[in-house]
Amino acid sequence: MSRQMTGAEMVVQALKDQGVDTIFGYPGGAVLPIYDAIFQQNDIRHILVRHEQAAVHMAEGYARSTGKPGCVLVTSGPGATNAVTGLTDALLDSIPLVVFSGQVPTFMIGTDGFQEADTVGITRPCTKHNWLVKDTDKLSEIIHQGFHVATSGRPGPVLIDIPKDVQFATGTYTGPKTARVDHYQPRMKGDIEAITKLVELMETAERPVFYTGGGVINSGPAACQLMCELVDATGFPITSTLMGLGAYPASGKNWLGMLGMHGLYEANLAMHGCDLMINLGARFDDRITGRVADFSPNSTKVHVDIDASSINKVVTVNLPIIGDVGHVLEDVLKIWKSRGRKVNKAGLAQWWAQIAEWKAVNCLAYDNSGSTIKPQYALQRLQALTKDRDRYITTEVGQHQMWAAQFLGFEAPNRWMTSGGLGTMGYGFPASIGVQIAHPDALVINVAGEASWLMNMQEMGTATQFRAPVKQFILNNERLGMVRQWQQLLHGERYSHSWSESLPDFVKLAESFGWKGIRCSDPAELDAKIVEMLEYDGPVLFDCLVEKHENCFPMIPSGKPHNEMLLAADAEAFASGATLV
Amino acid sequence: MAALNIKKGSTSHSAYDLRDFHSDVESSHTLAVLVDNEAGVLARVIGLFSGRGYNIDSLTVAEVDHKGHRSRITIVTRGTMAVIDQIKAQLGRIVPVHEVHDLTLEGQSVERELALFKVAATGEKRVESLRLADIFRANVVDSTLESFVFEITGTPEKIDAFAELMRPLGLVDVARTGVAALARGV
Repeated sequence: MSRQMTGAEMVVQALKDQGVDTIFGYPGGAVLPIYDAIFQQNDIRHILVRHEQAAVHMAEGYARSTGKPGCVLVTSGPGATNAVTGLTDALLDSIPLVVFSGQVPTFMIGTDGFQEADTVGITRPCTKHNWLVKDTDKLSEIIHQGFHVATSGRPGPVLIDIPKDVQFATGTYTGPKTARVDHYQPRMKGDIEAITKLVELMETAERPVFYTGGGVINSGPAACQLMCELVDATGFPITSTLMGLGAYPASGKNWLGMLGMHGLYEANLAMHGCDLMINLGARFDDRITGRVADFSPNSTKVHVDIDASSINKVVTVNLPIIGDVGHVLEDVLKIWKSRGRKVNKAGLAQWWAQIAEWKAVNCLAYDNSGSTIKPQYALQRLQALTKDRDRYITTEVGQHQMWAAQFLGFEAPNRWMTSGGLGTMGYGFPASIGVQIAHPDALVINVAGEASWLMNMQEMGTATQFRAPVKQFILNNERLGMVRQWQQLLHGERYSHSWSESLPDFVKLAESFGWKGIRCSDPAELDAKIVEMLEYDGPVLFDCLVEKHENCFPMIPSGKPHNEMLLAADAEAFASGATLV
Repeated sequence: MAALNIKKGSTSHSAYDLRDFHSDVESSHTLAVLVDNEAGVLARVIGLFSGRGYNIDSLTVAEVDHKGHRSRITIVTRGTMAVIDQIKAQLGRIVPVHEVHDLTLEGQSVERELALFKVAATGEKRVESLRLADIFRANVVDSTLESFVFEITGTPEKIDAFAELMRPLGLVDVARTGVAALARGV
C-alpha cells in the first residue's frame, strides 16, 4: 500500500500503523506541521509534558511497564538537547524508544539557524541509532526501520530528526510491511552446543547460582516464565540485578534478593562462593562486581546475552551464549529435561544450608525508632499495605532507591521502573506518570527522595492535566542521602553541599496543583496516612519526614570484592579519605 | 583509605582502573569494516573509538560498491586481545555495519599504503634521493630544479623505511593514505 501525503501526516500514519496509542511531547516551531497533523486525528493520544527530559522518562515508564516502545515528539534545538538525558538513560537501561525531533528546514541546516542544533551529532552516542531525514519519500520507511531497530535485539532508543520542509512536503507513504528492515536482524537462537555444555555444567554443579538482569524482562513475559520454571525445577538459588527485579517473584522459594553494592548479604556471598554462575541478561556492571580481580574467584561463568559486546567486556567468562534469553532458556529446558532433569542433589543441599547461614545474618536489620520514621520502616509499611495489589513502583536515584529495591517485593516483571545504568535523579516522577498513562486504573507509586523529586517537579501540571493519580512517596531526609552517606564514610564527614536547603512546603505545593498533600513525621501515624494516600482518587504528594542520617547497608565499598561487604555494624571499617566512584 | 587497600600503581582513584585480569600484551590489528555508505557512518565508527578510548593508528574509507551503497573502512588499531575483541563486538552492533573482519587473525592478508614524499635537495643529495627512489620503486610525479615529489606504494613498513632514508636528504613534506588491506585468496 502506498499513497501520497505530507511528511507530517506520514509521522502520524506510521505511528498508527505501528500500533502506537500514546506519544509524549512538547511543541515548538520546527514540529508545528506534525502537531497540526496530531490535532486532526483522534487515534493517538498526545501527552503534553512540561519539560522534554520528562517526556523521555515518561516514555521510558510507558515502555518498561508495557513492553511496547515509548514514543516522544520534541522540537529542534533546545527540545532535542533537553531530551539527551532521557535518551542516555534509555540507552544504558536498554529501553525501546522512538523519539522524533523537529529540525530547521534542510536549506538552513548548518547556518546556525534559530533553534538549530546538530541533533543527530549530539545524540549519536546516546542512541542505538539515529537518522536525519532529508527526503519525504524516505521518511515513512525510516520510521518503520526506527521501530524495528528500537525493539529488536538489545532494545534501545532511536531518534529521527525531521527538518520542517520535509514535514511540509508531499511524498509517497510506505507501510510497515513493505519497509526494508532486512540487514538488522540480531541472532535470537543460542548455539546448541554451548547450551548443551551449560546443561552439563548444571547437572554437576555443587554451588550454582542464577545471576539475572534486565535482559530477562526485556526478552518478555514468556522468558520470565521459562526462567521461573527452570529455577524452580532445578532448585538453584537466584539473585538479580536492580534492573531484573520482578522477573522471578520475590516470594519464590529460591529468591536470594538483589545483589550488588547494596545487595543482600546472602546474594553477594552466594555470588562470591558459587562454583557455577549462570548470567542471564545481565552485564557485570561495576555496581555488581565490585573489584573485578576478586569477583567470584572459583566459579565457572556462563553468560547469556543478546549483545555480543557484553561478553568479556568486564568479566571474562568461560561459556558465552549469544542469543535471546527466552530462546536460550527454551533450549536449556528442553535439553535438560531430555537428559533426565539431573542436578547434584547432595551438593545443592549443602549449598542451601550454607545460604541459610548467610540469610540468618539478617543483613537488612536496622534500629527502628518509636519517635522518628526510619526510611526502611516506611518502605516496610508501604510494602505491607500494598503487597496484595498489582502495583507499579518507580523510583528516583539514591538511598531511597536502594531501600526500595531491598524492602519492596516484586512478584511480576514490568512492575519496577528505576534508572539503573545512568542513575538519573529526576527519573521517577515523570516515569510514574508514563506508567499511569499506560495503566490508568493501576496503583502507581514513585518512591522518591526530596532532592531527586525536585529535579522534575514541574510535571505536577502534567499529572493534573491528564488525571494521572500517581502517588509520590517522598522519603524526605532534607539531605542528598547517598552523597551524604559517602561523605560520612569516605570523606571525613565533610558534608559538602549535600543538604536540601529552602525546601518547599510539599503539602501546599501539592494543593497549588490541585493534588492532595500529606505530611507524616510520626511512626504511629504512618499506616493510617499511607492508607489515606492509597485510597485517595487522584495524585498525592506524600511528604514522609524520615531520619536524616540513616545509612544504606549492606554496602560493598566501590573497588572491594563481594566477601568484604559491610553490614551496618562494621561501618567503622571505613577510614576517611577520598575514594572510588 | 587503608581500609580500601588500593594497590599502588592504579592510575587513579577509580574502580575501573583496578582491573588487571587480562594480559597486557598489545598487538596491532587490521580491521576491515563493511558499512552502508550513508551520512554519519564514519562519525559513528570514529565516535566509538574516541568514546571508548580505543586507538586508531590508521584509517581509510571509500565507497567500494556504488550500486549497493557500501563502503569499506580499513582500521589499524592496537590493543590487548580483550580490547580488540571488544572493538570488534562494538563495531558489530553499529546498525549500518554489515561485516567486521579481523584481517590480522583471519588468515593472510595484503596491506598496502600509498604515500607522497616531497624532497628538497640539490647536488649529490638530489641524485642520491633519485637513486634510492629507484631502489624502492618510487615514481617521480613532480619535479622542479630544487625538489622532487615521489609516489611510493607498499606496506607501511616499507614507507617508513623510505621516509627514514629521505629525511637526511631533504624531506620536507609527507602525505600518506593509510592502509588498505584485503584477505589473500578467495
